[in-house]
Amino acid sequence: MTNITFGQYFPTNSIIHRLDPRTKILSAIGCIITIFLCKNAVNLALMSAFVLTSIKLSDISVKIYLKSLKMVLFVVIVTSVLNVFYGQGEPIFQLGFMCITLDGIKNSIYIAVRIFLLILVSSLLTFTTSPTDLTDGLGQLLKFLYKFKINVYDLAMMMSIALRFIPTLLEETTKITNAQKARGADLESGNLKQRIKALIPILVPLFVSAFRRAYDLAVAMECRCYIGGKTRTRMKILKFKPADMWTFVVLILLFSLVLTANLVGIFW
Amino acid sequence: MSIIKAENISFTYSQGTSLEKTAVDNVSFSIEKGELVGVIGHTGSGKSTLVQLLNGLLKPTSGKIFFNGNDIWAEPKKIRSLRFNVGMVFQYPEYQLFEETVYKDVAFGPANMGLSQDEIEQKVLNAIRFVGLKENILSKSPFDLSGGEKRRVAIAGVIAMDPQVLILDEPTAGLDPHGRDVLLSQILDYHKTKNNSVILVSHNMEDIAQNANRTMVLSDSKLVMLDDTAKIFSRVNELEQIGLQVPQITKIMSLLREQGFPVSKSVLTVQQALKEIVNLTKGADPFL
Repeated sequence: MTNITFGQYFPTNSIIHRLDPRTKILSAIGCIITIFLCKNAVNLALMSAFVLTSIKLSDISVKIYLKSLKMVLFVVIVTSVLNVFYGQGEPIFQLGFMCITLDGIKNSIYIAVRIFLLILVSSLLTFTTSPTDLTDGLGQLLKFLYKFKINVYDLAMMMSIALRFIPTLLEETTKITNAQKARGADLESGNLKQRIKALIPILVPLFVSAFRRAYDLAVAMECRCYIGGKTRTRMKILKFKPADMWTFVVLILLFSLVLTANLVGIFW
Repeated sequence: MSIIKAENISFTYSQGTSLEKTAVDNVSFSIEKGELVGVIGHTGSGKSTLVQLLNGLLKPTSGKIFFNGNDIWAEPKKIRSLRFNVGMVFQYPEYQLFEETVYKDVAFGPANMGLSQDEIEQKVLNAIRFVGLKENILSKSPFDLSGGEKRRVAIAGVIAMDPQVLILDEPTAGLDPHGRDVLLSQILDYHKTKNNSVILVSHNMEDIAQNANRTMVLSDSKLVMLDDTAKIFSRVNELEQIGLQVPQITKIMSLLREQGFPVSKSVLTVQQALKEIVNLTKGADPFL
């Protein structure tokens, strides 16, 4: 469990951490779109440089980022290998129906780089933004949905509660597992059916306690007169700062650069 | 031969990471058959980790644990059979109940041991009786019981395995004073009838003082004292230094001594204190 870094938050006080969560969410989306627009090596190099610089600025050990890349390594290898065979043009190697072209190799490398950048960008977002900030920012960005009778505030609240309870439930699971193991529960051996059955003594108490917690929390919220929605004011008001402005400027510049490079590429 | 023996055991959480934390630091002791040993210590002193090491839920980072003279980690695959012999009741055990009926839940442990239906039934009935519940509870759902009943059922679930060593981690936490006394006396009854070893972890000094033969004091992951309970609690100042309190009555007697009254150092119960004071006043002028 402790090896999963993807989606975790690593608090440091870097420039990236201090950015407004809305800026970070929008930039991440912007980056991902731009990455997919990259059609040549120059563009991908440009984006890689941008992402790597941001990682450097985030003040989080590169090892942690590498760990999150390791999770997708398998997917990347499979897609890259498949893509090698889908290129067009002069084959440089042929074996039966399989043919490898220069185009295919180029494509597969691009795809690998794209997926890696994608994971790095989303890791950058979650590593540097606390879950509360993330839901806050998301709620603010989706505010316009309120006009369409979708209660964004409740959704944001639900999301932050869900995130808040992940560590609690993990801890609870360990406790219950230990208690059942102490009564001789066998979780490590047996066939699939036996193993699934062995989970019942853990899942039932876990659900019971989750419901109990949910009920307690609901009562506690009612006691403090919680009313979700538009009228709720917040303690931390999100405010764009100069750094956020600069982030957007850099991103727009990058976006136009990529687009131009793409257009120029057509005439090559 | 001692039933459980720990030799220089240490345990470190998340070893090799920045979150590394040693919870048990080079602890050695042995527990004899038929003994009731109390474990006291601050929150975070390593009590819970220590008892989890004893029944093989955690593996010591260094050091060895022997059960009946055999190293428990000699064959890691057989660790499950150790858990039947070293029964463990966790804090708030009522949250581990999961079956449809009380009977099935209590039978979970014995069934895992691979016993026959008859044996299981015998063990379940015995266990239920020991914790002071009536047989008509067996067909009820454990989720319909009161908090105290749930706790008893959960404890019965461990007792039903007939462990040679029974570890109880804060068994009385969250119970009212009456419930606490009743539960403790039942555990004591069980201990006396079966003549097994019991390890009782508690925050409540009165519980330990009244029941334990010997007491272990943990502080900052280390075993700082292990002696007869009466001797441990006579070291009032040392205990207070590591932030532990002695039972109220022991404290009163120690204050009396400081005032120059020749009362015994190792008074653990109100009855003993009464005797001491009566002895002291014997022959003295009642109006003094």
